[in-house]
Amino acid sequence: MSDGHDHSHGDGAHHPDAPSEIEARTLALESLLIEKGILTSEDVDRVISIYEHDIGPMIGAHLVVRAWLDPNYRERLLEDAPEAVREAGYEYRAETRLVVVANEPGIHNMVVCTLCSCYPWMVLGLPPTWYKSAPYRSRAVSEPRAVLTELGLQLPDEVAITVWDSSAELRYMVLPERPAGTEGWTEEELAAIVTRDCMIGVARPQVPTPAGTR
Amino acid sequence: MAVDGTIANLDGTAALPRKNGELVFQAPWEGRAFGLALVLNEKGAYGWNAFRTRLVEQIASGCPDYYENWLSALETLLLERGLITRDDLYRRAAEYRALERDPVF
Repeated sequence: MSDGHDHSHGDGAHHPDAPSEIEARTLALESLLIEKGILTSEDVDRVISIYEHDIGPMIGAHLVVRAWLDPNYRERLLEDAPEAVREAGYEYRAETRLVVVANEPGIHNMVVCTLCSCYPWMVLGLPPTWYKSAPYRSRAVSEPRAVLTELGLQLPDEVAITVWDSSAELRYMVLPERPAGTEGWTEEELAAIVTRDCMIGVARPQVPTPAGTR
Repeated sequence: MAVDGTIANLDGTAALPRKNGELVFQAPWEGRAFGLALVLNEKGAYGWNAFRTRLVEQIASGCPDYYENWLSALETLLLERGLITRDDLYRRAAEYRALERDPVF
């Protein structure tokens, strides 16, 4: 970008710079398609936003749901996560190992990176800001129960918490337990309750209370 | 819109540029070109394989810029399908270049 370009156009007006050839081609294409009523700018905005922000956690949620529905797949996911990711139809080209740890009755897993912000981005996208914060990184290990409570997850005392410290070579993802009351749900309905936080281990999948029954 | 792995089938040389697993756009036009191709597919203008084939062809033609190939593939496909004409495209792009239209992304 620093090609000595200066912005003094002489008259003080905010003239935009002329677009490059490729920018002009893109603008031309979009404007023509809009004029023909084939699409709108908002359609394009929406798709960009979906793919920029949601595709990461969606992959993890898909794996979780598949494991809930198929005990054999669950075993393979816990045994060799990268292979199970590929089996589910996603790319796994990272050099980093991925390990999936399963919550069970009486055992809760949570993931942290005490040194920096190593994160299973291949299945969860980019880490949330709090995951990278110094307090979470230090306190997740020293007082996990208090950290979870602050994040809104109150675990009964009899549930043991295992904290997994990620590294450059090894990333963890939590396989949450399937909550009661989800019998007969479709894959899509199930995936909707598997949030990013559930797979970091700071939340549990919530079955929404039907409106009006609270 | 279902994030259904449409773009997950772009592999090998056709795989999307990513950083830390996230899609990366180095300039706004790249995001627009990306979004246009997906929306048109979603609206039934073409099947995803038709686009993918042309993307792979563009990449094989030697241009190193991923999204330039992406845009060329999209233009080719839309011209073939008669959704736009070459004249319209040239004329409109020239108007943007000449700042006769506001180049806002």
